[in-house]
Amino acid sequence: MSTCFDDPDPEAPKAVSMLPEPYVVVSRNQETADTFTIALRPADGGVMRSFAPGQFNMLYAFGTGESAISISGSPEDGGVLVHTIRRVGAVTSALDRLAPGSVVGLRGPFGSPWPMQQVRGRDLVFVAGGIGLAPLRPAILQVFSHRADYGRIVILAGARSPADVIFHDELHSWMQEPDTEVQLTVDRADADWHHHVGVVTTLIPRARFDPANAVAMVCGPEIMMRFTAVEMARIGLPEARIFVTLERNMKCAVGLCGHCQFGPEFICRDGPVFRHDRIRHWFSHREV
Amino acid sequence: MTTEPPVLLLREHFDTLLEALARRGYKVVGPTVSEGTIVYDEVSRAEDLPVGWTDEQEGGRYRLKRRDDAALFGYAVGAQSWKQYLHPPRLRLVKADRDASGRMSFSDGDDAEPERYAFLGVRSCELHAMTIQDRVFLGSGVADTHYERRRKRVFSIGVSCGVAGGTCFCVSMGTGPQVTDRTPHDLALTEVIEEERHYFILTAGSDEGREVLAGLPVTPAGETEVSAAKQRVDQTAATMGRRMNAEGVRELLLENLEHPRWDDVAQRCLTCANCTLVCPTCFCTTVEDVADLTGDHAERWRRWDSCFTLDFTWMHGGSARQSGKSRYRQWLTHKLSTWHDQFGSSGCVGCGRCITWCPVGIDLTQEIAAFRDHPITPSPSQP
Ligand SMILES: Cc1cc2nc3c(=O)[nH]c(=O)nc-3n(C[C@H](O)[C@H](O)[C@H](O)COP(=O)(O)OP(=O)(O)OC[C@H]3O[C@@H](n4cnc5c(N)ncnc54)[C@H](O)[C@@H]3O)c2cc1C
Ligand code: SF4
Ligand code: SF4
Repeated sequence: MSTCFDDPDPEAPKAVSMLPEPYVVVSRNQETADTFTIALRPADGGVMRSFAPGQFNMLYAFGTGESAISISGSPEDGGVLVHTIRRVGAVTSALDRLAPGSVVGLRGPFGSPWPMQQVRGRDLVFVAGGIGLAPLRPAILQVFSHRADYGRIVILAGARSPADVIFHDELHSWMQEPDTEVQLTVDRADADWHHHVGVVTTLIPRARFDPANAVAMVCGPEIMMRFTAVEMARIGLPEARIFVTLERNMKCAVGLCGHCQFGPEFICRDGPVFRHDRIRHWFSHREV
Repeated sequence: MTTEPPVLLLREHFDTLLEALARRGYKVVGPTVSEGTIVYDEVSRAEDLPVGWTDEQEGGRYRLKRRDDAALFGYAVGAQSWKQYLHPPRLRLVKADRDASGRMSFSDGDDAEPERYAFLGVRSCELHAMTIQDRVFLGSGVADTHYERRRKRVFSIGVSCGVAGGTCFCVSMGTGPQVTDRTPHDLALTEVIEEERHYFILTAGSDEGREVLAGLPVTPAGETEVSAAKQRVDQTAATMGRRMNAEGVRELLLENLEHPRWDDVAQRCLTCANCTLVCPTCFCTTVEDVADLTGDHAERWRRWDSCFTLDFTWMHGGSARQSGKSRYRQWLTHKLSTWHDQFGSSGCVGCGRCITWCPVGIDLTQEIAAFRDHPITPSPSQP
């Protein structure tokens, strides 16, 4: 299978330090009952880090700990670093309690980005499950601010219920973009829901894009990514044009703590964005 | 091998080496006997070493016993490895402070000057393990500055082994028992005990090693003495307690990720993590965050962790490696297979510690033999 695609762009900026830097919360937005977005800027006139879509930071809640959180804002918005966070445990709950003006520690950016440079001129299919839309958002925003550089845009987003859909208003505004298709689905609908019901992979055969030229970027639970790859293969989109993100417990984010190993890969350093064919061997086994 | 001619140091002059190192400002640490095992500790005289002791090692079994001579290095490795000095079991990574206005500042928690250690009696497998950890911490991206600071201060005195432990298989892994220039060291020695004489054949592996040698009461080593030393090491190589066919083991494991043998070993494994703690190359760590009572001073500590714990892969929703089987598989495939992809060598140096200190005697050389004897053909992968 010949392809013009490399692994994710190795030239993305990467932090090297274990020492966090202080960042101030400049705004906070409640997305859903358990998910919120915070925008951060360097405290005390510190230097703002640039990043590439798909990269993540380690956010430190004072005395509680660090969590890996993807950057969900636009890479072209130089003023702030935006993070969308689901409250699931100790650190994310501590981050949830931060009001504007509070300070957090930040290390980053880390990890491999989405292959934005290499996909110009292509149809792009973004497939997101739940909070998986957050790491895809910087890529989507970049596409819409350079709309002419890309082909048709398809965004397929799934959530557990209508109340769990993040970036709800924005998804609707993207529906208005030229040559763009946004399809939403939930596992459990309510009376007001007028989009799809079912797992997000069922949207793939219905979406209109050219598998011969499209590139897919997928972020969500592992099981959803496995089935997305199967569906894409079925409609003729080869593996080497599917990019997925992997998630594992991580402590250091610089390939030294060992936690995020997935076969030979350190997800923090070699990922989290991987070309699907590169990890398929390990992806096909359980409990790797 | 070192180009300079080897020299001879008599046993009665051995303390001059320790004194020379102390004069240079090193704290000399080496093997000592404590509570029935060999542990690394400070040594200031030859008598502090395990004089006249040797060990019996088998799967899940370790015992010291008396030799019929007064050898200083007549045993194999104990449970500890030098990684405890270079990659400390607990280390304060970060200090964080917060003032009344909520401003936060961070500083390096590892702010004390590290000790300058001279490691006395580093076996060839251990020198290889240190070289492997050098690649892990310094050679593959972001450098671990804590390791780097400690490592570059170390003076290492290698020892070519005069006896093979019951669980040793360095010959299979190409990591011993002779100390060679393939691994950096400052001095290397081989112990020889003859009817009339007890001496050491020494070579220098670095400029500082040469300087140290130049100040010792050594004499040029004769051909017979050098060959007596070589013969002892050859004898060690010929009597390895274990062997493992390491050829193609990277691929062997990759192709056998679903082999029934993993279920078999999982039934025996207690997931106690001993093997990872004693292994001289295992490097995984976790972090702990603590805050004081005022809530304005916090610290982030790093400590050794193990892929055998359930927490190791904890994510919201559950651990990625739930079963003991998947955790043993992760450990063994990392050591012998994916380590090659990550760091360009095996992660195993054949020291045998994981066999000796496994409470149920799980022996990776036997596990590999089992995969070799009954390989399963790889099936095309499924989503
Ligand atoms: C590359 C990457 C990007 C991520 N991006 C986002 C994001 O944009 N938004 C978001 O809400 N979440 C994201 N996550 C998941 C997020 O890191 C975890 O939900 C978070 O660490 C949970 O911490 P906690 O203390 O609140 O939960 P607890 O369950 O109390 O966590 C205890 C510890 O387990 C580990 N842990 C638990 N869950 C996860 C997990 N899912 N992934 C990794 N480590 C975990 C952490 O080390 C944590 O300190 C990302 C994870 C990775 C690896
Ligand atoms: S895997 Fe076992 S034999 Fe190999 S280096 Fe580690 S402890 Fe020694
Ligand atoms: S192999 Fe042995 S030492 Fe390692 S975790 Fe299992 S029981 Fe413990």
